[in-house]
Amino acid sequence: MADMSVIISGFGGQGALFAGILLCHAAVEEGKHTTWFPAYGAEMRGGAVNCSVNISDCEVPSPIIDSADVVIALNEESQVKFEKKVKKGGILIVNSSLSQAAFTRDDINYLKIPFNELAQQLSQPAFINVMAIGVLLEKTGILKSDSVIKAMREMSKNVSAKKAALLPNNIESFEFGTRIIKKQLVTA
Amino acid sequence: MAKELVKGNIAIARAAINAGCQCYFGYPITPQSEIGEYMGAHLPQMGRVFVTAESELASINMVIGAGTTGAKAMTSSSSCGIALMQEALSAMCIAEVPGVIVSVMRGGPGLGNIAPSQGDYFQALKGGGNGDYKLIVLSPSTVQEAIDLTYRAFYLALKYRNPVMLLAEGMLGQMMEPAEFGEYPYKDPDVTQWALGCSHNREARNLVSLYMPEGALEAKINKIFEKYELITKNETTYEEYMLDDAKLVLTAFGTVGRIAKAAVNKAREVGMKVGLFRPVTLFPFPDKELHEVAKNTDLILDLELNKGQMLSDVRSAVFGACPVEFYGRSGGGLLSPDDIFAKIQELYEKIDNKKAAGVV
Repeated sequence: MADMSVIISGFGGQGALFAGILLCHAAVEEGKHTTWFPAYGAEMRGGAVNCSVNISDCEVPSPIIDSADVVIALNEESQVKFEKKVKKGGILIVNSSLSQAAFTRDDINYLKIPFNELAQQLSQPAFINVMAIGVLLEKTGILKSDSVIKAMREMSKNVSAKKAALLPNNIESFEFGTRIIKKQLVTA
Repeated sequence: MAKELVKGNIAIARAAINAGCQCYFGYPITPQSEIGEYMGAHLPQMGRVFVTAESELASINMVIGAGTTGAKAMTSSSSCGIALMQEALSAMCIAEVPGVIVSVMRGGPGLGNIAPSQGDYFQALKGGGNGDYKLIVLSPSTVQEAIDLTYRAFYLALKYRNPVMLLAEGMLGQMMEPAEFGEYPYKDPDVTQWALGCSHNREARNLVSLYMPEGALEAKINKIFEKYELITKNETTYEEYMLDDAKLVLTAFGTVGRIAKAAVNKAREVGMKVGLFRPVTLFPFPDKELHEVAKNTDLILDLELNKGQMLSDVRSAVFGACPVEFYGRSGGGLLSPDDIFAKIQELYEKIDNKKAAGVV
């Protein structure tokens, strides 16, 4: 797939915006065109946040996404809000740890993953946002895993030492994410 | 230099620093506060001036002070903050003081909201200040263009001794995409012939906005408007996209221009002959060029995130050469490629029906 549009949504603090930026950085690593557009506002920790990411081999004219190839919903509110935004035949990755909402469409693919429970198996703190990016890559192959890891290394150079120290945890979470489907950790 | 992922607001701030901006004066307001934040973190370390002013009024008057010395000075704000600066902008134009003003629009009128909007086209182009004056207004649609036009803003401000406004929407300020900075590509004009400062070895000078003697003000305004004609001749910039065979031409500025491009691509995929005309300079507005486009198409659809402001300039440029329709949203509502495409379908059908009926 040469082009992909992704909406990542969650509550403030889950890292939905960061996950989008990471995806863009990785796309830049591969020389692709990309845009990141946040729903910005008076959001704060606990409030709803989302961002739209486009990745393409060609120039991206619109940062705004009408219907997305993939939606990553890190909580129930996000699932309910963005289920209708998934393109026909597209993918909705749902964090089933935080969502009990029913699936209402039969023309899209659902990946139901208990991210918060799975995160307990990893070194703490573990990060469900980068786990979800791992799943996205495993499912679609839109970017190489190496590009994401390289992007994480680059990004860790421009943050505080406290945050930079979390790089190994981020890499572990991401790599675990890229094996979730293969390990059949997706629930029915 | 390789492309890097950068946010619109940060791109503008970094480009301003590369352009040699010596002084930044500003007061924070969403959705452009990162510009001031970035300047505050970097300018003092470089031995340049950064002041968090007590208000937008103070910011722009500090820009005047610095500008009179020939320094490269800037301020940035958003809609209601820019509203407070109008008196000073009018004075800068008549006193011929250079300066760069970055306006990252949010929803209005009043305090409005912080969502993307283009409600300040009139504010930038038709002035809230008094008297006959014009700002040079540049309208970026991508982060790369925000960098390039920030460079150009500093250059044009000094070249023409007029305030230059970079008019962007909150969407561009907040979004990220890959871009490259390169180096400031202009050679700045000499300012020593007019700039104020130490006058030990020359006659005293002043830069004023008060012209009391009979005829003095009119003569000055005429001189300034000759300059505006020169700016129109030299600096008019626009983008044309898929216009050659277009039966329907979209007009849009800023980020709406790029969203419209996505709708054009969509229309072309299904064989509809649709193109885009995007003014990059809003003053000087590409009147003649748009008129030529209008002569060769059946219909123009103007798209804006407001109730139809650039529309008046589009209609004036088209001057009856073809019909002009408008589609917009206001108050923070966005136009998506699908929204625009639906409007294109509706209008395109009308063109075909009229043709069939022999009306056009």
